[in-house]
Amino acid sequence: MFYLKFPRLSQTSTLRKQPADIKNAPGAYAKWRLLKDSWARYGVIGGGLAVIVAVVLIFFYLLYVVFPLFIPAAVEPVSQFDVPEKALGKTLLLAIEEQNEVAGRFTDSGQVVFFEAATGKTVSIQAVAIPEDAHIISFAQGSPINEGAVIYGLSDGRAVIVKQQYKITYPDNKRVITPSLEYPLGEQPLILDEAGAALEKIAVQVGEDTTTIVVKTADKIRLTSFEKVQALFAEEASFNRTDSVLDIPAVEVADILIDKEGRKLYLVSSDGQLSFVDISNQGSPAIKQKQNIMETGKTITSTAFLNGDLSLMIGDSTGLVSQWSMVKDGLNRPAMQKIRVFKVSDRPVLAINSEQRRKGFITMDADGYIGIYHSTAERELIKERLSTSLPVAAVISPRANALLVQSENGKMHFWHVENKHPEVSLKSLWQKVWYESYPKPAYIWQSSSASSDFEPKYSLTPLVFGTLKAAFYAMLLAIPLALMGAIYTAYFMAPGMRQYVKPTIELMGALPTVILGFLAGLWLAPFMEKHLSGVFFLLIIVPLGVMLFAFLWQTLPKTIQQKLPEGWDAALLIPVILLSGWFAFAVSVPLEALLFHGTLRDWFKTELGIGYDQRNAMVVGVAMGFAVIPTIFSIAEDAIFSVPKHLTVGSLALGATTWQTVTRVVLFTASPGIFSAIMIGFGRAVGETMIVLMATGNTPVMDLSIFQGLRTLAANIAVEMPETEVNSTHYRVLFLAALVLFMFTFVFNTLAEVIRQRLREKYSSL
Amino acid sequence: MMRVWFKSGAPWIWLNAAAVSICLIMVVGVLVLVMVRGVGHFWPGKVAQLIYQEEGEQPQILIGEIVDTTITPALMAKASGFKMTDEEDTLVQYQIKTGNRDVTGADFRWIEERKIKQEKYPAGIIVIERREWGNFYGQLVGIKENNKTIATGEQAWPMVSERINRALSIFKEINRLEKKEIGAINYGLERLRLKQKKLQLENRWNEPAEKQMAAEKAGYEAEYKRHQTQLGELYQKIRRDSLIAKTDSGGEVEVPLAKVVRVYRPNNMSLIDKIGHYGRKAIEFVTDDPREANTEGGIFPAIFGTVLMVIIMAIIVTPFGVIAAVYLREYAKQGFTTRLIRVAVNNLAGVPSIVYGVFGLGFFVYILGGSIDQLFFPEAAPAPVFGTPGLLWASITLALLTLPVVIVSTEEGLARIPSSIREGSLALGATKLETLWRTVLPMASPAMMTGLILAVARAAGEVAPLMLVGVVKLAPTLPLDGNYPFLHLERKFMHLGFHIYDVGFQSPNVEAARPLVYATALLLVIVIVGLNLAAIIIRNNLREKYRALEG
Repeated sequence: MFYLKFPRLSQTSTLRKQPADIKNAPGAYAKWRLLKDSWARYGVIGGGLAVIVAVVLIFFYLLYVVFPLFIPAAVEPVSQFDVPEKALGKTLLLAIEEQNEVAGRFTDSGQVVFFEAATGKTVSIQAVAIPEDAHIISFAQGSPINEGAVIYGLSDGRAVIVKQQYKITYPDNKRVITPSLEYPLGEQPLILDEAGAALEKIAVQVGEDTTTIVVKTADKIRLTSFEKVQALFAEEASFNRTDSVLDIPAVEVADILIDKEGRKLYLVSSDGQLSFVDISNQGSPAIKQKQNIMETGKTITSTAFLNGDLSLMIGDSTGLVSQWSMVKDGLNRPAMQKIRVFKVSDRPVLAINSEQRRKGFITMDADGYIGIYHSTAERELIKERLSTSLPVAAVISPRANALLVQSENGKMHFWHVENKHPEVSLKSLWQKVWYESYPKPAYIWQSSSASSDFEPKYSLTPLVFGTLKAAFYAMLLAIPLALMGAIYTAYFMAPGMRQYVKPTIELMGALPTVILGFLAGLWLAPFMEKHLSGVFFLLIIVPLGVMLFAFLWQTLPKTIQQKLPEGWDAALLIPVILLSGWFAFAVSVPLEALLFHGTLRDWFKTELGIGYDQRNAMVVGVAMGFAVIPTIFSIAEDAIFSVPKHLTVGSLALGATTWQTVTRVVLFTASPGIFSAIMIGFGRAVGETMIVLMATGNTPVMDLSIFQGLRTLAANIAVEMPETEVNSTHYRVLFLAALVLFMFTFVFNTLAEVIRQRLREKYSSL
Repeated sequence: MMRVWFKSGAPWIWLNAAAVSICLIMVVGVLVLVMVRGVGHFWPGKVAQLIYQEEGEQPQILIGEIVDTTITPALMAKASGFKMTDEEDTLVQYQIKTGNRDVTGADFRWIEERKIKQEKYPAGIIVIERREWGNFYGQLVGIKENNKTIATGEQAWPMVSERINRALSIFKEINRLEKKEIGAINYGLERLRLKQKKLQLENRWNEPAEKQMAAEKAGYEAEYKRHQTQLGELYQKIRRDSLIAKTDSGGEVEVPLAKVVRVYRPNNMSLIDKIGHYGRKAIEFVTDDPREANTEGGIFPAIFGTVLMVIIMAIIVTPFGVIAAVYLREYAKQGFTTRLIRVAVNNLAGVPSIVYGVFGLGFFVYILGGSIDQLFFPEAAPAPVFGTPGLLWASITLALLTLPVVIVSTEEGLARIPSSIREGSLALGATKLETLWRTVLPMASPAMMTGLILAVARAAGEVAPLMLVGVVKLAPTLPLDGNYPFLHLERKFMHLGFHIYDVGFQSPNVEAARPLVYATALLLVIVIVGLNLAAIIIRNNLREKYRALEG
């Protein structure tokens, strides 16, 4: 940290005119000299302006990186073609692989048509092994979606699970994608209803070891799970089957959803009943909860899990999509809660499909619109109408950069989607957001986690809060010490002492902040934890000690008083302060034991319920206060010292005491300078990185308590920047944090500098 | 009387004076704290042998250095769960460094004074500094050569130091071979690989090139083989001796001399021995590589990295800073533009350093570095050369950060030069450039020097931006070495300030590393305070000089 002072001498340069005799002198040498001179001029002007360029460049570069966060998403039609192999039946499901090259169409006749996504050219047609004596009644996509499994429910109580696979090979250095079908539980249909009743609704979850299937027949809901048992030497794995029947009337159930862990089962009826069944023990499913999630008069028209399977998206007949998530209620029981609603259309929402890697989803409504939304950010990213005809099926690619939609008139539309940063909106950055599985909306910064279905929480509010909190406590220490010190040094101190004191305090600003942070974290924090009461006593006893000493001093005989040269009082006070400081700590130990029956820390905790972190805001306040004192001191001291002498002399001559002169004349005149000193100091405190990084626990909590840790914008950047992927949303949000810091300090510094320039002019005119 | 006194304002003046005193106490206090803790690190402390008895247990022998003491009042100790009798006013606890992490699993232990039954400082206790597992504390039992005990007890001690010197010189040779010779071969092979790829990319990979490359490769490989056999022999030699020592719990441990840095008997050392030991440790600290995840050994690579980075930064920042200052003071008309530049300079000084880091990472590393890689190093892809944080980008980022310091300081120097000197030069027919170059700038050079010194001091202590643009906790190679092109601007480097942060906060064994961090901090403080004092002195001299000129 350091501060800036421009030289105050403002003479105008006398170099602006060329000496006349050179211009007139003939000869190549003179010309060469003049040429050099003008080159130098342009070079120097360029160099001078480069400073402005640098600042502008920093600003615009940060803006350039941040900008894409706020660009709206866009879709671009790539191609349109007839539905491939239309004769093979209606589309049940569309699928598309990672590279957006090959897509698949699952038909109601049990065929899968793989075609080129961009042209519609058929790649291959594969038939699912459906037994001849049965036909398909129900169909569902397996969970998790990115596994690519589907299930067919048949008319005779049997079902078939099929998994689509895309193999990538590189013959002749060209990528070739070969689609194929696989049967994870064998090609033989699974008998789910012994009686042979038709499977009206079906759902499946395909896991590494267990596969869970839930079916609805006319009168029952059955749960069947297959656990893979790998015998030691057997080539084929065998399956352990568990069967159970759910105690829920089957009639109403319109939709069945199983989460990807195979632990939670949701049954939805079209009139709005949602039942939640705990199936973590497959043998005995437990119905945990049943609730009505629709107002009367509305019906559920579509349901889907959001990526991660922690919340349900429910579309209704009035065009609303609501997000329901499992939240602990007041009695710590899990309950489904509506955490947000999207207005999609005025007509029913026909279908909801989720993105595979983010918390986004697409909707299709009866108006013929396709919408892309993001749940956390509550953003409507895309709303596009296909053509005049309604969409019947749609899929968004795994990387969420392509969209394939089939419309009612037998056309297939392939769109390119540009939607890189849907997670960020002004609301998700600055306002409370209700995240999945959280009991209520909150400000949370939690940018990354190991699992891919994690919901990133990019709320800058706790970071800004932490920044301001740290700066506030730092200023609480720095402002009184620095300003009082500046007043004394500039106005009362003897020049002989000032000559040494000023550089010493300025040297304080030159100390690397990493050393201050290290001392704060490893020495001061444990020290304060141990001597908490001593620190508080220090605040009371030292000022009292100083006052007492001052009072006693002036009662001393004049002869002794006059031994101290004027303006050296500060030197005299050093032993007094050291002594009273020592006294504060010494007396604190028995007093603490007496007053608080143990330690003050425990007292705070048990009596007031205030927790104590070892690395807390108080430690940061002291360490960072230490770092900004020199900045404020130096600028304020300059401002006070250069108050024209005739003002103070005049005041004294009119009979004011020195203290009156200081408060009424000097401080008043220098107040703009003092103000700008405080602002620059505040700017420093806001941007300081190393001290907060080392002296706080870096926990992004919003807690005003002085004994709690915090995380600042700057420390957050330092901690997370090295680990982010370039141009990811996280990377850009960190740049946004940097931009916020930049703008913040820019405003403060510019204001301070303008005020200082004004003040300088004022002084020179006085 | 009290009221009169308050009315006079005197108490407030005293309070203001107290603020100055507190500031001074804080500065001096921090300096003294760092000094005291940092200086003590290398002093060989006495090693105690304690008989220690936990309640209800057999007494045990503990050997270790007492490194810390805490005194807790009885009430508080009770509150934190200690059993205290009524006679006890305080609980005294010692932290002892028992070392022997390979045996006990921890380096440090807290013990209570009241449970110490006996405290002795036997002369025979040895401390072994090892390359692995930290220090060893115990008693010397004997020395072995090729698994045969050749001396035991007191006779073994004179042989130890002699044999350690032998092992150390072999170790040095091994280190030289591995790092320097084999390092150079590996570097050469990597260059050959890149050259081949480059030729292939440019379609110039043909018979003669292939032949030439094969020949070069064969040359390197032959050399490598030769070094490998040499190394084998050296390893054979260094494994010859080992040392048998007894731990405090009575177990015997065999320590191969190949893993030993030094052995000493602190309780048996005279003051002169101790001073010698201190000196050797201090020298090792500034000239050696770190050991054991940076918690032991020296910090030479960090010093080297800091100095090199600062030098490159100074080369970049000086011309820019001086030119900008010259423009502000000598060329520009004082008005809106200069005001704008001053605002810009102030903002450059006020922007948080971490923002420079972010800017440096995004703009210099990814955009500039990425483009350089595409243009000049296509053969290295996908591995980045300049498109990753490194020395050059760190230097440029810090140059930008310290630019305001140089500008302001130089400008002040220029402002102090009396205009009569410029006028004199112009009147004699010199052009403006000549006036600047021959008279003004030379006179302002001490001011530039001041600015440069302050910039260097700032850069040496800055850590936050460096964490993003090129500093690492452990760099395998120095950015300057004997391999062409000698100065490797793209390499990552170590830095004193980051070393403090990393070892103090990210190290697996913070407790053991703490003294080293204090020592590093002391070094950094000395450097920075020294630089700042130098700048102040130069500036004061300068003022005196111009006062004379003006007079």
